Amino acid sequence: MNEANLRVGFIPLIDAAALLVAVDKGFAATEGLTVDLVREVSWSNVRDKLNIGVFDAAHLLAPLAVASSLGVGHVKVALAAPFMLGLNGNAITVSPALYDALSAAADGKLEDPKISAQALARVVTARRRAGEEALTFGMTFPFSTHNYQIRLWMAAGGVDPDQDVRLVVLPPPYMVDSLSRRQVDGFCVGAPWNSIAVEFGVGRILHFGCDIVARAPEKVLAVRAAWADNRDDVLERFLRALGGAAAFVNDPAHVEEVAQLLAAPGRVGVSADIIQRTLKGTLHTAPNGMSRGNSDYILIARDGAARPDPVHAAWLYAQMVRWNQAPLSSELLATAEACFRPDLYDAALGESEKSQSAPPDGIGAFVGPPFEAHDIAGHLAGVKVPVPTR
Amino acid sequence: MDPALKIVIVDENPIRAAILADGLREAGYVHVTRIEETASLLVRIYSLDPDVILIDLENPSRDVLAQMFQVSRAVKRPIAMFVDQSDAAAIEAAVDAGVSAYIVDGLKKERIKNILDLCISRFNAFARLTGELERAQTALSERKLIDRAKGILMKMKNIGEADAYAMLRKTAMNENRKIAEVAQSLVTAAELLK
Repeated sequence: MNEANLRVGFIPLIDAAALLVAVDKGFAATEGLTVDLVREVSWSNVRDKLNIGVFDAAHLLAPLAVASSLGVGHVKVALAAPFMLGLNGNAITVSPALYDALSAAADGKLEDPKISAQALARVVTARRRAGEEALTFGMTFPFSTHNYQIRLWMAAGGVDPDQDVRLVVLPPPYMVDSLSRRQVDGFCVGAPWNSIAVEFGVGRILHFGCDIVARAPEKVLAVRAAWADNRDDVLERFLRALGGAAAFVNDPAHVEEVAQLLAAPGRVGVSADIIQRTLKGTLHTAPNGMSRGNSDYILIARDGAARPDPVHAAWLYAQMVRWNQAPLSSELLATAEACFRPDLYDAALGESEKSQSAPPDGIGAFVGPPFEAHDIAGHLAGVKVPVPTR
Repeated sequence: MDPALKIVIVDENPIRAAILADGLREAGYVHVTRIEETASLLVRIYSLDPDVILIDLENPSRDVLAQMFQVSRAVKRPIAMFVDQSDAAAIEAAVDAGVSAYIVDGLKKERIKNILDLCISRFNAFARLTGELERAQTALSERKLIDRAKGILMKMKNIGEADAYAMLRKTAMNENRKIAEVAQSLVTAAELLK
């Protein structure tokens, strides 16, 4: 086995767990790989450094891998995603003031995203009538599930995310601060930032991401497509290391050790306690200690989540079409689907377990018709936006 | 050279931003503005309406700029990356120096090539300066440490400065350590025994 060195970029988020554990617990070393992990501050940096070859691989937003392969929003570089580092893990958090306003406007239980979306529409209308400023929401990147989830939720209540509210990109480390300074009224971000907002007493978790989309393709391990097909067995070995690490992360006996490891300053760098709760899917949702659990809150390579599913890539592309980021064409759809590489996953890790809980369409959005990858136009036409009660 | 180009620098490091702004002004660019507050970055950028945006790669706000590429946004003028596939060398040099550039769509790349070159060279110069400064500070603190250790030895052993230094150096050589490390151990021990 040839020794190989890899430089791999990551953003300090909990869904980098399999990657970080693969390196720090020696799974990569066992495969003869020396991995240099580089902690980055922006997705733009991760993408650029992967594109030009400063990184061999990276922890990347799944939609950004697809966007790069399509050449939308930036330089076109074909990327391959042979391993899903995470499904889900996001949440929508709002300020206590907005939470109270939504509660007052809600026609039913606020935990139901249909009810909360309608309540949002009423709050938006009331603010407009009162001549108040539009609500502002933060999300992490134009090509992110955070963007698509919060838009899906708003639109379900009849709120136009481009007209009725201000939806802005905010780097995750600035989210909590912006919420406490009232520069934003809410946000959709990944773990651990929602928990940190609750911990600081400046936000309440309104919905888990999995309330909006049951299985959202969140982060991939991305490599350049040309690199994937030309590196002999290096990628295969790296994927085996990730597979081993993922099993380690999911063994309940290791939760504490994994949390300690991720808590290190050069890794995710937040309290081990928050990380442990996140991995278990039990989050404090309000500053008063109220908590909620959902075992699907974050799926790190369990329940069949690690094997890339081209249907997920198609769904991400459909969101780009829906929100005017990309035109609709069968060529682009095929390119998007080809970005997710179950073939590479299978070659390295063999046939994986089938998901026990995946919805029939693989996505499970809380509203609208089931996703249909090969009729995106028909599917989007079926995503009717209800007329809000104004 | 096009002195009329409006250039915005987004950099949280005031010294590096100043070095870059000075360089641009020396080169004849008169409209150079630095944005330090990142809270309302896009609002500031839209009001300044720049032709060129330079941002350091340590800045998480780089992702905020990605929003400017969205067609659904109501922007005055579309912005594009300076770099494209044909510019592999330029991208690498910029990433290596730790900076990224965005330009107004349609602006000819040749018109801003020297801005990017200047930016890269100033960023590299700043990195060198910072490195030299760190080394100088380390050297200074090491010298202070050795002086303290010498003083302790001179007092306790009742010997001269040259002998005290010779003792430190001999111990360092025997233990294969740096003189400053031996001095640190001695100073720590002396603190404990106080």
